[in-house]
Amino acid sequence: MIQNGETLLHIKDLHISFKTDGGQLKAIRGVDLKLKKGETVAIVGESGSGKSVTTKAIMGILASNGHIDSGSIKYRWTDEETNEDKEVDLVTCGEDFLQKEIRGRKIAMVFQDPMTSLNPTMTIGNQIMEPMIHHYHMSKQEAYDRAVELLKEVGITDAEKRMKNYPHQLSGGMRQRIVIAIALSCDPYVLICDEPTTALDVTIQAKILELIQDIQKKKELSVIYITHDLGVVAKVADYVNVMYAGKIVETGTVDEIFYDPRHPYTWGLLSSMPDLNTEDDELYTIPGTPPNLIHEVKGDAFAPRNKYALNIDLRMEPPVFNVEGSKTHKVASWLMHPNAPKVEMPIELKKRLEKMKEESKNV
Amino acid sequence: MSEPILVVEHLKQYFKINRNYTVRAVDDISFNIYPGETYGLVGESGSGKSTTGRSIIRLYKPTSGKIIFNGHDISDKMDKQTTKELRTNMQMIFQDPMACLNPRKKVVDIIGEGLDIHKNYSSIEERNEKVYEMLELVGLSREFASRYPHQFSGGQRQRIGIARALIMNPDLIIADEAISALDVSIQAQVVNLMKKIQKETGVSILFIAHDLSMVRYISDRIGVLHLGHLVEAGTSDEIFNNPLHPYTKSLLSAIPQPNPKVEKQRKSYTYDYNTSGIDYHKGTEHYVSDTHYVLATDEEFAQWSK
Repeated sequence: MIQNGETLLHIKDLHISFKTDGGQLKAIRGVDLKLKKGETVAIVGESGSGKSVTTKAIMGILASNGHIDSGSIKYRWTDEETNEDKEVDLVTCGEDFLQKEIRGRKIAMVFQDPMTSLNPTMTIGNQIMEPMIHHYHMSKQEAYDRAVELLKEVGITDAEKRMKNYPHQLSGGMRQRIVIAIALSCDPYVLICDEPTTALDVTIQAKILELIQDIQKKKELSVIYITHDLGVVAKVADYVNVMYAGKIVETGTVDEIFYDPRHPYTWGLLSSMPDLNTEDDELYTIPGTPPNLIHEVKGDAFAPRNKYALNIDLRMEPPVFNVEGSKTHKVASWLMHPNAPKVEMPIELKKRLEKMKEESKNV
Repeated sequence: MSEPILVVEHLKQYFKINRNYTVRAVDDISFNIYPGETYGLVGESGSGKSTTGRSIIRLYKPTSGKIIFNGHDISDKMDKQTTKELRTNMQMIFQDPMACLNPRKKVVDIIGEGLDIHKNYSSIEERNEKVYEMLELVGLSREFASRYPHQFSGGQRQRIGIARALIMNPDLIIADEAISALDVSIQAQVVNLMKKIQKETGVSILFIAHDLSMVRYISDRIGVLHLGHLVEAGTSDEIFNNPLHPYTKSLLSAIPQPNPKVEKQRKSYTYDYNTSGIDYHKGTEHYVSDTHYVLATDEEFAQWSK
């Protein structure tokens, strides 16, 4: 049996590229990620930073022009019948195995827009029953009972009546609940949420996030969140990975990232978000645009936009440095090198972090 | 205070679905916008905030009520002069920059289309020069003029949308979820740009959004819509520091804060209209201060403002 806190999913040095008209686009350039049982890991970054591509690689649903160049995605689970622990590399295991054993069954995914991820021509009841019938060969009646149960679990009233509804008859928040019910239908061990609340408004967003958290506790699920909303990350995540141009530039526990960020890109992300007390005349923006990954990236990909960039950033890619006194906090920036000049984070951000720490004491 | 540039009085916008069923998207709302200010409209999806914007710019014909823009009544049939006034001096920025730019037109023609229609130039050079100026104003270089929309990133496209709205030199811009589809870091760029332009040109903005932290940052005054009713309105400080209506409170409590220790403890305050016992139709205008308005019955008002 895999216990809480043991590693379920381990991505090692993953490289993914896409063939495009403009040439080879290196979307993922060496990603390492660990997901332990019962934990929540968040991946944050701008669009195009490769967060969705990483999770699509886990599910084996990369676009047809995408290719995993190197690296491994190790996945462990306990076999339900023999109670043995098993391990498989999702990169090499083959399409048949992925479809039969992994996708939907052991690893499930919730997508951003519930309207496009649901089938408009099927009743929601049938859509929830479908994966159970496919994976577990349940009879229709069994699947129906289970589906009604799931609907109640995700907080939908009048579950029996709703089974006959079509997606267009439901509101956005309800649709996302249905998508979550479908994802949970096969009792997966890992749930991947790709921007689950971006298409919803704030009040419903809070409810959906709380729902996912409740279910996670009940079923000891491991969850990967992909989002660019730092507020959401603060609410749900145990660990945070900040991604930029296909690499994880900073990783650590949620407290380490929010109260003690070290990478200039993380500083930029935290500063550009207005909090409710912002009085400044202008919001902070990270200058420039993300690099085009069709071109070979020399040195640190963030260097051209980084006012703290050192000379070496333009020549050599920074290795991953451990932050002193922490086992979990890692930063890929030359600024962390012992010989690097001491650089302080921007004053405004520092003030803001002080205030955040102050507020957190009162809780 | 100077004369308001836009006066909305008891605006109603109903959509008849069939004989028995009418959607009351906007149900009797009133507000003013003054020159040079930003008015934020917030509310959940389906609260009628986009419909309000679209009725004001006359993409719909209002069911009843009055809209007065620059002294002209634009809520009913308009004469030629008024139509021209409305079509040039009020402009709109849409949510999805990819969907609202014609993919088969070059940027110079997209931005210059308004000028073409209203024949605001004497030579083609003058028109192009105006377009180039606009491009530079929104932070794009003039070489971009001969490109097509798909060659731009999301943030750049939204800038093109802003340039198109600005070229007619409008008095009022309606920004309907103009930043919702963009990344956090790009949102900040676009918001800064809109603020800068407002400082330079003195244009008024009706800013429609559901991201409250951004709305607070950009708006001078805020109106909170729910189910087609304006439930609370006031300056941003009044709304954020002293919310009275339970719906406003629930909206504010739902904003996620980038502070993990605080955020993990916080439970959002839920509000359900059907079980709350509040009837928006019975509510009347109550004023907390000169600018702070709440829709409530007398008893509710007394109870909330305790």
